Amino acid sequence: MKKSIFTIENNERLTNDVYRIMLSGDTSAISAAGQFVNIELDGLYLRRPISVCDLEGTMLTLIYKVVGRGTEKMSLLTKGKKLDLLTGLGNGYDTSKSGDNPVIIGGGVGVPPLYMLAKKLISAGKKPKAILGFNTKSEIFLEDEFSALGIDVYVASADGSYGIKGYVTDALRECGAYDYTFSCGPEPMLKAVYNAAETDGQYSFEERMGCGFGACMGCTCETKYGFKRICKDGPVLERGEIIW
Amino acid sequence: MVDTKVVLNNIVLDNPIIPASGTFGYGAEFTELYDLNILGSISFKGTTLNERFGNKTPRIAECESGMLNSVGLQNPGLKAVCEHELPNLAQIYKKPVIANISGFSLEEYVECARAMDKKENVGIIEVNVSCPNIHGGGMSFGVLPEAAAEVTKAVKAVTTKPVYIKLSPNVKDIAAIASACEEAGADGLSLINTILAMRIDLKTRKPILANKMGGMSGAAIFPIALRMVYQVYESVKIPIIGMGGISSAEDVVEMMLAGATAVQVGAANLKNPFACKEIIEDLPRVMEKYKISSLCDIIGGAH
Repeated sequence: MKKSIFTIENNERLTNDVYRIMLSGDTSAISAAGQFVNIELDGLYLRRPISVCDLEGTMLTLIYKVVGRGTEKMSLLTKGKKLDLLTGLGNGYDTSKSGDNPVIIGGGVGVPPLYMLAKKLISAGKKPKAILGFNTKSEIFLEDEFSALGIDVYVASADGSYGIKGYVTDALRECGAYDYTFSCGPEPMLKAVYNAAETDGQYSFEERMGCGFGACMGCTCETKYGFKRICKDGPVLERGEIIW
Repeated sequence: MVDTKVVLNNIVLDNPIIPASGTFGYGAEFTELYDLNILGSISFKGTTLNERFGNKTPRIAECESGMLNSVGLQNPGLKAVCEHELPNLAQIYKKPVIANISGFSLEEYVECARAMDKKENVGIIEVNVSCPNIHGGGMSFGVLPEAAAEVTKAVKAVTTKPVYIKLSPNVKDIAAIASACEEAGADGLSLINTILAMRIDLKTRKPILANKMGGMSGAAIFPIALRMVYQVYESVKIPIIGMGGISSAEDVVEMMLAGATAVQVGAANLKNPFACKEIIEDLPRVMEKYKISSLCDIIGGAH
């Protein structure tokens, strides 16, 4: 973990309520896809945890959805503004456990951390394919970026307005063989993927956090291997330890 | 050169800054950021006889200048704390620590105190009679003067280490409870614990915390904590560790003027993991600004 000041380079709207913010600063504490940063915002007591979408040198990309006061404040921030971040939080995905042909499955605002994961898997010599699930066509983001990585991308929309009609689990049935599963999204989606997936895998969870670095025990869940802090021992849990 | 040393019973602290129980774990998360040995002491995560998961999540909510928690005393239990956490803490922190203990019965308090009494790196035993999160448990000991006195006597009987009772603000007359603890033999008092509070989610129209209610902490509660320390200081002679929303070196000085001999910093650690370090480093500047040569001289100075 590191605490340092980042400078906003860009903050743009991607869909109705989803934004991409790019920040430059000391990214050296970030080691794995699926980790997150915890952002201090003026006027709010607690920091806001946001997963890392991409990392290129000192440039950090986050994609967030406006869901409350914190993310609303974030959406109004402009280029040049400085932000205090805790970086390198959480365990992140362990790509070494994957076979050569993993499938990565994201739903809604759970999609962003999987972009960095896809890049990590590719650079590790693996051939991932991606399934991205959204409610409707207007909410889709990052499809082009995933495609530009040269991997197969399957987009599912719940209302059938784009791609495969249905959920990510419908796309999972159509995407062909895979030997490992990486997933991030709302808990009902994770559970559906867990039940549908035919392989081992890793699942990234969300919880209301206090500190974000393991001190307050605010986000603990029970697993088959004991109590785990989502912020420190997670947010990524292995399939074999999850208790629903 | 200003003198930041303070004395709790016979223990000399290099400065009065102590991370509060439940906001600092056993120090492991913070030791990668700075050398913990700058701290006056450390009050580690509350220990109960048996391992506890605590309450369901969500356990955290936010408010203006503060937060609510309903963690519910999650901890690995007395045996694991004594065998693993305390030895690990001794590796990263060389000074005496404060053992915060909780219980659901007198026997449980006694058993925890007896085990902590044997631990070399434990300087003070801090008895939590005030956690608002345990149904029908911890709360009752801290709410009635007689019950607080009873637990004080029981713990004092099994240890030679200084015993501090950590008081709840969720009571009618905190000074009466403080006096009862002093009469029962308490060596000091820690106050205040969190204030019982609630938030409701407008989208779901239900309480945010799964436990519905939780303890409020953070800068917002500082004036309440200060008032209670001021009141308690007028009714007891034993030292007070003041806490509740302390976020700056100025707050430390203010709390000491109200009557605290040392302070604990809680929620501020969660917002800024360097909070204690920054307060310690800023303390000499603030002392010079207000012409304080020795912190010991200002304890209770506002009375």
